[in-house]
Amino acid sequence: MTATLEVADLTIVRDADEARIVDGLSFALGPGEVLGVVGESGSGKSTVALGLLAFARPGARIAGGRVVIDGVDLLALRGGELRDARRRLAAYVAQDPATALNPALALRTQLLESLDGPPAENLDRIRRVLRTVGLPADDAFLRRKPRQLSGGQQQRIAIAMAVVARPRVIVLDEPTTGLDVSTQAKVLALVKQLCADEGIAAIYVSHDLAVVADVADRVIVMYGGELVELVPTDALLGAPRHPYSRALLAAVPSARERQVLHPIRGRAPGVGERDAGCVFRARCDFATDACLERPPLEAEPGGRLVRCVRADEVQRLTRITRVADRPERPGLVCRPAVLEAEGIDAHYGERQVLFNVSLELEPGRCLAVVGESGSGKSTLSRCLIGLHEQYEGRLRLDGEELPLTARARPAAARRELQYVFQNPFGSLNPRRTVGSSIAAALRLFGSDGRRTGAVVAEALERVEISARLAERYPAELSGGQRQRVAIARALACEPKVLLCDEVTSALDVSVQASVIELLRGLIDEGLAMLFVTHDLAIVRSIADSVVVLSEGHVVERGETAAVLDRPSHPYTQGLLADTLELPALAG
Amino acid sequence: MAVELLAAPAPSRSTRRARAVALAVAQGVGTLLVVSLLIFLVTQAMPGDVARVVLGTRATPETLATLREQLGLDRPIWEQYGTWLWGVLRGDFGTSLVNGMPVSELLAGRIRNSLTLSVVAMLIMLPISLLVGIVAAQRRDRAFDQGFLGTSIVVNATPEFVTGTVLIALLGTTVFHLLPPVSFIPPGDSPLAHPEAMVLPVLTLVVSGVMYLGRLVRIAFIDAMSSEYVQTARLKGLGTPRILARHALPNALGPVIPAASLVAAYTVGGVVVVEYLFAFPGIGAALVEAVNNRDLPVIQAIVLLIAATYYVLNLVADLLAGGEPQGR
Repeated sequence: MTATLEVADLTIVRDADEARIVDGLSFALGPGEVLGVVGESGSGKSTVALGLLAFARPGARIAGGRVVIDGVDLLALRGGELRDARRRLAAYVAQDPATALNPALALRTQLLESLDGPPAENLDRIRRVLRTVGLPADDAFLRRKPRQLSGGQQQRIAIAMAVVARPRVIVLDEPTTGLDVSTQAKVLALVKQLCADEGIAAIYVSHDLAVVADVADRVIVMYGGELVELVPTDALLGAPRHPYSRALLAAVPSARERQVLHPIRGRAPGVGERDAGCVFRARCDFATDACLERPPLEAEPGGRLVRCVRADEVQRLTRITRVADRPERPGLVCRPAVLEAEGIDAHYGERQVLFNVSLELEPGRCLAVVGESGSGKSTLSRCLIGLHEQYEGRLRLDGEELPLTARARPAAARRELQYVFQNPFGSLNPRRTVGSSIAAALRLFGSDGRRTGAVVAEALERVEISARLAERYPAELSGGQRQRVAIARALACEPKVLLCDEVTSALDVSVQASVIELLRGLIDEGLAMLFVTHDLAIVRSIADSVVVLSEGHVVERGETAAVLDRPSHPYTQGLLADTLELPALAG
Repeated sequence: MAVELLAAPAPSRSTRRARAVALAVAQGVGTLLVVSLLIFLVTQAMPGDVARVVLGTRATPETLATLREQLGLDRPIWEQYGTWLWGVLRGDFGTSLVNGMPVSELLAGRIRNSLTLSVVAMLIMLPISLLVGIVAAQRRDRAFDQGFLGTSIVVNATPEFVTGTVLIALLGTTVFHLLPPVSFIPPGDSPLAHPEAMVLPVLTLVVSGVMYLGRLVRIAFIDAMSSEYVQTARLKGLGTPRILARHALPNALGPVIPAASLVAAYTVGGVVVVEYLFAFPGIGAALVEAVNNRDLPVIQAIVLLIAATYYVLNLVADLLAGGEPQGR
């Protein structure tokens, strides 16, 4: 097989100090083949994606190596030749089409501009590609601006834009991360079909192993800027040989069975924090003295590459410690509900977004609210906390009538209901230390000033964050730590009910696992929780019962196991069918 | 899905916009009424007796009384205001106290001169600001950019009469004798017929304007050029000229256009100082003369005119800023 894409020793460094962001990456790819690249944030996978088009973000520089497409080394090209190669040979699809498409230009302009030749012919080609990606191809559609499309349509446009010039290689950087599962399923099918039909080699970068397992033929696992394992997808899922691959797999939740999730301890090393030894050593359960030396990349049968001296032990252990099932909890309701909502009707302006929604939260149990974007699930949680003002219905907290808006609620009620936002980067005040953010929440409810320090430390302790970090600012913490702090702030108020809005969707899968396990522990201690999410695998991991929302209506409700094993509503069935699952592991 | 999302807000947007414009215009009319009242009261409070100013120190009490009666100065102040406002609404700004000419006739030529000055200054200022801003953004943190930022801070911190004086010294008197330091334009002539008289006043306005607007253009371009859609354009293999012109420019203009209309409003106000400095025969110079002569109807007319222009340009700036929905 002649390789379409051949990468040799690709090295990308930080301008400031020459620290390596990507360290000597090599692989080859045939026509029509899809290669997945997985790793946590900071692993260098996005830098690789851009590097394949001979591009480095400001502050970084491609220091060496070759990226050869159809015999042309992109890294050796300059100026007009490089622009030509980017037009003809390689294309890129970014994570967020909302920012990657120019908001000021019509689709027609953006689709046409990278094509040479007469516009009339090119327009024919564009219309064919648009139909292939399942979009309208008429003039009225082409005159639209990106803003006038949905997220899924925007991403299809980005993909159309990438393939319209018939490139040999297409690089997709987390193209489905912001999309609903049903849209994601369609986009993935499209990518697979385009690669097969047009013989395009594709690099698919993602943090989501289930997505990569679905789309890729082979997978590169990256950690700390290095390739740690290159492996056919089936072999990776069946028998990972690098401890990091194994740890990533163990952190992925499943919609099929309830599991204890295994987070990866510690955090990924930053650029320039690596020493001479194995990069994964500090977080590895298998590390020995032999790991003080950087392990070589060993070629193994089946075209497999592994960078670990204990690969055999890792593979042997995989079966034994594969995640244990977590027992379902008895579905009998024995305790009275803490928070009851009855007949919630919510509006945004003229538009009604929730229709007669009722639910009950019980202590020590978690209720998941599931739905796609636009289903009204976030509005529902905002109604309960009293941030949304345009709604009617009845709320009862501990059997007592609860005013609808937060402003009208007594301090005690506000204290007992706490909220954790989706994005920990936006929900913590960047100019306050973590400790003072938590203390501020306490002061609001008139807690004893002398005890504040102790309460803050205790709250941080409960989310497994060292009390020493109280002096840090949010910018000095990782995403997972920030989300823990946000949870700690809610816990410090000693709430009876915790409302969590997509709290793990901004986090890496390993960090997500630790946050889920943390929340599960809090529920077991007696907290009542509402967990808003679009991800059925997380529902299975954390929730005792579930409410499925579609366009503002509750279409299904029940115990988690019952709903996910035997969904009765077509909408739930569709959601489940589109949810990607890691294929069952061998053994 | 997208179709539904699109359908909901679309029809109401234009009506909402029309309502917003109507509200802004109503607010503006109210503001101008308040301004007219203030102008009237302030000019009334100015020291000196108008009748005595008109007739000189040797006027007898009888002639003073007769003149006051003719001018209506003996009537209650609200009645004087009412008469004046009624006249203004019909386009009659009264007659000059100094030479008895109708104010509108007296100012017509002056307005044309000032308008010419402002428009020429804006026409030169906008492209230069764009150019300087883009070059500075492209050469961010290098010599040109640093030099531009430094200069712009100094110039913006300097009052326009100082800038103008420096330019006079440089180009009109002390260093080079290239241009007339005083803009003499015979009454009735168009200022465009005397380009040499226009250069220094225009230059003064342009220098201050470019130093401010250019900075805004620079920031807007830096934002646009570091955006993901520009990265996409680069990865599509487009060249820098096309990226600048087609991808960055339309997005960068968004924040710049409303700022430009504010600068235009500022230029209209700044014209007073600049015209006085160069003795340019526009409304600014006319205003200063009128104040010296206690020519109340002329003062009132000019100040109201400047306030109205300022308001209109501000309204335009607001409408341009609100015209496109900003982001998500």
